Amino acid sequence: MGIFSKFIAKIKGENAFAPSDWQDLERELLASDIGPTLTQSLLDSAHKVKSENAQEALKATLTSYLSTQSRAPITNPEGMTVVMVVGVNGTGKTTSVAKLASNIKSSGSAVVVAAGDTFRAAAVEQLQTWGSRIDVEVVSGKPNGDPASVAFDAVKRAAQSQAQYLIIDTAGRLHNKSDLMAELEKVKRVVEKVAPVSEVLLTIDATTGQNGMAQAKLFAESVSVTGIILTKLDGSARGGIALAIESELNIPIKWVGTGESEADFAVFNASEYIEGLLA
Amino acid sequence: MFDSLSARFSSAFSSLRSRGKISAADLDATYAEIRQALLESDVALEVVETFIAQVTEKSTQVLSTIQSGSNQASAIFDVVNSSLVEILGGSARRVRFSKNPPTVIMLAGLQGAGKTTLAGKLAKFYADQGNTPLLVAADLQRPNAVTQLQVVGESINIPVFAPEAGNGIGNPVKTAKAGVEFAKAKQYNMVIVDTAGRLGIDAELMKEASDIRDAVKPDEILFVVDAMIGQDAVRTSQAFLNGVGFDGVVLTKLDGDARGGAALSIASLTKRPIMFASTGEKLSDFDIFYPERMASRILGMGDVATLAEQAKKAFDSDKSAKLEAKFASGEDFTLEDFLDQLSAMSKMGSMSKLMGMLPGGGQMKQLTKGANFDESEIVRTKAIIQSMTPRERQEPKVLNGSRRARIALGAGLKVSDVNNLVDRFSAAQKMMRQIRNGGVPAGMAGMGMPAMAPKPANIPPKKKSKSGNPAKRALEESQ
Ligand SMILES: Nc1nc2c(ncn2[C@@H]2O[C@H](COP(=O)(O)OP(=O)(O)OP(=O)(O)O)[C@@H](O)[C@H]2O)c(=O)[nH]1
Ligand SMILES: [Mg+2]
Repeated sequence: MGIFSKFIAKIKGENAFAPSDWQDLERELLASDIGPTLTQSLLDSAHKVKSENAQEALKATLTSYLSTQSRAPITNPEGMTVVMVVGVNGTGKTTSVAKLASNIKSSGSAVVVAAGDTFRAAAVEQLQTWGSRIDVEVVSGKPNGDPASVAFDAVKRAAQSQAQYLIIDTAGRLHNKSDLMAELEKVKRVVEKVAPVSEVLLTIDATTGQNGMAQAKLFAESVSVTGIILTKLDGSARGGIALAIESELNIPIKWVGTGESEADFAVFNASEYIEGLLA
Repeated sequence: MFDSLSARFSSAFSSLRSRGKISAADLDATYAEIRQALLESDVALEVVETFIAQVTEKSTQVLSTIQSGSNQASAIFDVVNSSLVEILGGSARRVRFSKNPPTVIMLAGLQGAGKTTLAGKLAKFYADQGNTPLLVAADLQRPNAVTQLQVVGESINIPVFAPEAGNGIGNPVKTAKAGVEFAKAKQYNMVIVDTAGRLGIDAELMKEASDIRDAVKPDEILFVVDAMIGQDAVRTSQAFLNGVGFDGVVLTKLDGDARGGAALSIASLTKRPIMFASTGEKLSDFDIFYPERMASRILGMGDVATLAEQAKKAFDSDKSAKLEAKFASGEDFTLEDFLDQLSAMSKMGSMSKLMGMLPGGGQMKQLTKGANFDESEIVRTKAIIQSMTPRERQEPKVLNGSRRARIALGAGLKVSDVNNLVDRFSAAQKMMRQIRNGGVPAGMAGMGMPAMAPKPANIPPKKKSKSGNPAKRALEESQ
């Protein structure tokens, strides 16, 4: 039995919660990576919960930390929708680009992807392999070339081929490297000479701890992140840092990744996520 | 959130020091701060609790022998710090070489932890010491992981055994085994086996990992883990320990700004030593693990050693020497030189990040909050220069209207931004010529760096440092 149901059962049953139960609850909350600050404020409100509606009250408290922003995909009503996928190394950008492209394609829209990671060894080939798996055109440039010019060519190509969506993969970068962040800003600026970037999705690996906040903050400052893809939720990590990010930065989680194949991808479901945090 | 950590930590101690003698309640308050600091650094709660209990016991013993409050505070600090170092590095050791070569090293870890890059780094590290490593591409799962390892191997001139193309096809157990046999036959003295990323809870893939282990009988299994990992480090490291077993740990992406508390959880729960640190995307960004540095980092006490190293790395010594020679010989600085310097600076991280790496830097940053370090200005300046041709960088004179328009387009900025930079640069160049005879050393001074200086009035006079240990010094400076 998860701590959440145990907690509810206790409150309902005897209306008393032993100190060790509070410790259990604290441990579970911390273990979900929501962080010590959110954990504390959640414990504070849990202390005030009335026994009859404990479950609802706790869920409501957790839910109240979620972002108020819309989670609907942002599209460009005037033409091609351009989406950039950004994030720290190894968080699942390339896989997510493929998953998103496959998702859009199966809903009947024409989509092109751009291999904007010209830096990491075999990153272009990785996306090309995905392209042939999901039957989506991949635009790429020279390895070690300028990612902004690959992206620039890609928007023009995608526009020519009447694509409704262009999804741009980018190289992994640590948010504290300002030269790499500047490079990313340049990619966005240059793309926007041709078409507006409707959506910038940040991949956050569910195993990430408190550093995820710094990642979100700096990527958001640089390229105005419009949503989060929470990846690797199929593991034992619960991805609580994303709740802290929603709460502090008001950036909504839009998609979740739950595996290594293109089908392991879904629209974010708030109540599933909240329950998963305490599972 | 993170910047206030070191500030809070030193304030916990300075409130201790302000007492003549420390009471039990004072100690509890201090330990509460340490607890919070460790939790914010992603140390698992169970580890935090054992740790606090341990240092409480140790410091109680120490305190009974010390009189003044100030000495007591630093005694507690020493206990905390040395306990951390002990857990992180108590059992540090090097890779065990096999008596019958090749020495086989197998890598294991979650998806995206950085195994493939690390395989290349390890190979280079040992090749530089005169070994003859062979890389074996046994990640046949992730699209083009094999190609990635081949590209990596080629760039450092290390052979890669890759009989299977991968992308979901081929048997990793057979490949790994064949790789070791090949190495034996060709007399390589070391084999590094890259494996696919897998989840701790994926029983099937954990079984595959242990099959690879049984097939290659590694001398070392290294568990590769991202320094940014949070509380899941506990479950995942336990799952790998049980599923495949490991002899040592490698922390990756330590060039980020994660405090890396997971290192403490893993070291204390699995009792396996952390052996290496991976600190960047270049294959030379790799080092043995230093427990002292990690301890300061987890406590948010600043990491001067790493900062100094990053500075050294960022400011290419050849380039600096050339620049000085250029200055001495009376040659003009060019936009190319300017770009080099800007790049070196931003390679080290943002100004605010750099301050964070200094002991007490968190407090310093708060003091200078109003002083605007305009990072984006550097970013824009670099974008402009990067959009110029080599000739334009050498001879800004040639920058006519149409060239400026092209550059602005390339950088995604306005022509007026380009004009602005060129004007500022010419003024700075002129000034450099004027001061050249005055013997001012070559550097950023006078290079027209925009809006970089903090308001001096905001910074308190700097105390002379007393201790060489950055953490201790922060403690002294907060007195
Ligand atoms: N289990 C699981 N693995 C995932 C998920 N998303 C991505 N991965 C795996 O994580 C690893 C890294 O994914 P990539 O898509 O290459 O990550 P990236 O961010 O593009 O990496 P870089 O470009 O190197 O920075 C691969 O092995 C993926 O198969 C997910 O949702 N679940
Ligand atoms: Mg990628």
